[in-house]
Amino acid sequence: MLTGDRENIIELSYPVAPNDFSAAGDVSAKVKMLLKHLGIDAAIVRRAAIACYEAELNLVIHSYGGYIRLTVSPDEIIIKAEDTGPGIPDIDLAMTAGYSTAPETARELGFGAGMGLPNIKRCADVFEIRSEVGQGTYLTIIIHHD
Amino acid sequence: MSLALYEVKDILEAEVLVGSNLLDKKVDAACGSDLMSDVLSFVKSHTLLLTGLTNQHVIRTAEVLDVSAIVFVRGKIPGQDIIDLAVEKSIVLMTTSYTLFEACGKLYMAGLPGKSGQA
Repeated sequence: MLTGDRENIIELSYPVAPNDFSAAGDVSAKVKMLLKHLGIDAAIVRRAAIACYEAELNLVIHSYGGYIRLTVSPDEIIIKAEDTGPGIPDIDLAMTAGYSTAPETARELGFGAGMGLPNIKRCADVFEIRSEVGQGTYLTIIIHHD
Repeated sequence: MSLALYEVKDILEAEVLVGSNLLDKKVDAACGSDLMSDVLSFVKSHTLLLTGLTNQHVIRTAEVLDVSAIVFVRGKIPGQDIIDLAVEKSIVLMTTSYTLFEACGKLYMAGLPGKSGQA
């Protein structure tokens, strides 16, 4: 289990390649295993893994590529997903359950049903999304675990 | 109400593809869907997943959700790479010739709930 000092804050960064469906899920599997090994409660690990997987899938399906950044402190799990575009023109619309702009390639695999962002929000204690068309999308997910 | 996986196997007249040594495990709900997006949104832990989808993302989704067993419906059998991944993750795989609707109905009649709306 993590203790209170700064030295026990874990920070990791994982690249996610666009359209690489065969690797989609690799980052989330690593994050889940790490959180498990840290002795974090199984229900919390599950929420973090779901949020991370949805964010990773979004990067694979929609982005030009990006990073998942994980920070684990003694009381919080912070997952950030950052990409370099194309950006979301209407975030309220993107947050609507069932709304999707995913291509057929994603749908054939069982994804792209427009549930990802709402599901991330449901799993998170704190959820922030910023996006700028042509710049990128920045997602912050915070889950308390103490 | 929960069912052991060996009971699920009997009810669905299923063939076990992976994990015949893990059939004592119990599930307390089931979810039938070919949409992994929905599965990710609605499935609770200790849930049985029934699906007609046989790609590797079914296994990855199951892993993320702590789903311990998957039943492929309509007689589908996944490729060897999927089977190997399930072995690695200790996820039980079965196949049944029933359709998704029929397989879900049989398990529901046996008392296995869906748990919609529960945390």
